[in-house]
Amino acid sequence: MTAATHAPAALEVPRHHAFGRFCRAYAKRPAGLAGLGLLVAFGVLALVAPLFIGDDQLNVIKVDGPQLSPPVDGYPLGTDQAGRSVLLLVIWGARESLSIGIIATALTVVLGSAVGLLAGHYQGRIGQSLMHVTDWFIALPSLPLAISLSAVLGQGAASITIAIAVTSWTATARLVRAQTLAVEARPFIERAKVLGAGNTQIMIRHVLPNVMPLILVSSTLTVASAILSEATLTFLGLGDPTSVTWGSMLQAAFAGGAVTAGAWWYLLPPGIAILIVVLGFTLVGRAVEHVLNPRMVGR
Amino acid sequence: MSSLTAPGPAKVKGQGVKRSDLLPYLGSKLVAALVSFFVTLVIGFVIFSLMPADPVRTLTRGRPTSEAQLAQIRVQLGLDDPVWERFLTFVGNTLKGELGYSWQFQQSVSSLVADRLGPTLLLMGTAAVLSIALGLWLGIRSGWRHGSLFDRIASSASLTLWSVPTFWLGMILLVTFSVGIGPIPSLFPAGGMADPSLPQEGWTHVVDVARHLVLPCLTMVLVVFAQYVTVMRTSIIDEMGSPYLLTARAKGLTDDAVRRRHAVPNALLPSVTMIFMHLGILVSGAITVEAVYSWPGLGYLTYEALKIPDLPLLQGTFIVFSASVIIMNLLADVVYRFLDPRVRAQ
Repeated sequence: MTAATHAPAALEVPRHHAFGRFCRAYAKRPAGLAGLGLLVAFGVLALVAPLFIGDDQLNVIKVDGPQLSPPVDGYPLGTDQAGRSVLLLVIWGARESLSIGIIATALTVVLGSAVGLLAGHYQGRIGQSLMHVTDWFIALPSLPLAISLSAVLGQGAASITIAIAVTSWTATARLVRAQTLAVEARPFIERAKVLGAGNTQIMIRHVLPNVMPLILVSSTLTVASAILSEATLTFLGLGDPTSVTWGSMLQAAFAGGAVTAGAWWYLLPPGIAILIVVLGFTLVGRAVEHVLNPRMVGR
Repeated sequence: MSSLTAPGPAKVKGQGVKRSDLLPYLGSKLVAALVSFFVTLVIGFVIFSLMPADPVRTLTRGRPTSEAQLAQIRVQLGLDDPVWERFLTFVGNTLKGELGYSWQFQQSVSSLVADRLGPTLLLMGTAAVLSIALGLWLGIRSGWRHGSLFDRIASSASLTLWSVPTFWLGMILLVTFSVGIGPIPSLFPAGGMADPSLPQEGWTHVVDVARHLVLPCLTMVLVVFAQYVTVMRTSIIDEMGSPYLLTARAKGLTDDAVRRRHAVPNALLPSVTMIFMHLGILVSGAITVEAVYSWPGLGYLTYEALKIPDLPLLQGTFIVFSASVIIMNLLADVVYRFLDPRVRAQ
């Protein structure tokens, strides 16, 4: 019985060797390393932000800077309508924007993997109907669906997160289903079945570990689109109006007339921050894809 | 060579049989599209009718309302009917083209949608044509010489632009070319579709609308063309290994002729499907661009509905957007079958 659960190890190279080989192959991709560097830099900045940014610099009532001023001494990126430093806002915004992106991705991945695993494992009526549901969701336009969902759920980070997850799980589900079918065709699954492993055991202990690397790759790309979606939904006014995210900065700039005032210093930084983080996740995702799938080389 | 290209009698017969499969094929795709539309209606109904804790409260938000008035509104909205009855009424109304009544505009949603459809189609159509042309051209050239300097520049430019939020690019273009920064003068109008002080017909109107169209259209093209570059580049690279290109080269054709007459037509197939699917997505992509430029289309209508939030209007635009995506997907399937014999043979 116990032998069955460890069956895959007998067929494959030990996992830590594979991981070392993966790291060496990844290190040869400059674009992937650059993406990783960008992400690490932003991650560190977001984590240490509370050490040097306090409520006095973020609270609209407590700040005393010049209002909507271009870059001057002490405010290297200028200020917003309330006199807050745009630089500090962008750094603070990284916390919320990244966490919404990552939490939404986690939800997406859990939902998508569950549907994909079930659809791949139960290939009869259950699997087919699950795939039908997936196809229907693919046919729905994601932005209007997300807008509708968060409009009904009410303003706030939670409803935006849910809306992103509900509209983006389909890609993961399809991927996981395809991979589940491939894994279940391998002999060790047959062996586990013969030895009496149940459906849950096969899915969780045998299929999931083999599908996991693929899920992780696809999730780096999902984070990129989740961050873009967060910015878009917040810009449309669906976010929490009191929190500072890159999307809410742009929304405040737009609603507060920064565009007509020509306040480019207020508009550029949040957008460039989004660009850098999305590009970072995309580059990392593509590099990992290249390493794991040699057929992609040259593209 | 000739034996490979000239269709033998057996093949002609085979094709004849396949052609008669066309109607069942179209039928099954049409049924699938109708089922998708029905599912859209279910989802729209669930989101807008079942999820809000109390639509009456949302409707009367911020206004003092007596219990009797609340009860009257409930009866008017049919909220006390059983769920399935409300759903059937909703489906019936939608099929009749009645999408409900906007709280904010005090007008039927269908007439609002009809008013705003034209501007959206104009913006999207122009943006689609330009981005497809630009994207395919760049994709073909990048794929054909992949790894070259041209390819690296085109690929990284499209990757970068793809990572940019559309509405942000819109605002940046707006500040740069409409408000004007530093030495750049104000070149284009900031929003709307036409200047109300100019005559609304004739050449002046056309030129005026064109001037208003430049910035929103440019914004959409810059973000959307990247997808076509990627798809076209990949399919050109896929084709490049094919033996028929070697044959074409062996005949002594120039590199240019091989690319144009042999590689591109074959590589276009996947792109065509993608184009139709993206057209559907483009509709919703217009939401933020129209919001930034107050372009009086469906996207701006959605944006206006969101501020209230005007739930019947949001529901109506959601159904219209979904329907357009479903129609585009159906067209993609049909066109793909006409273009690609391999699909026909399946």
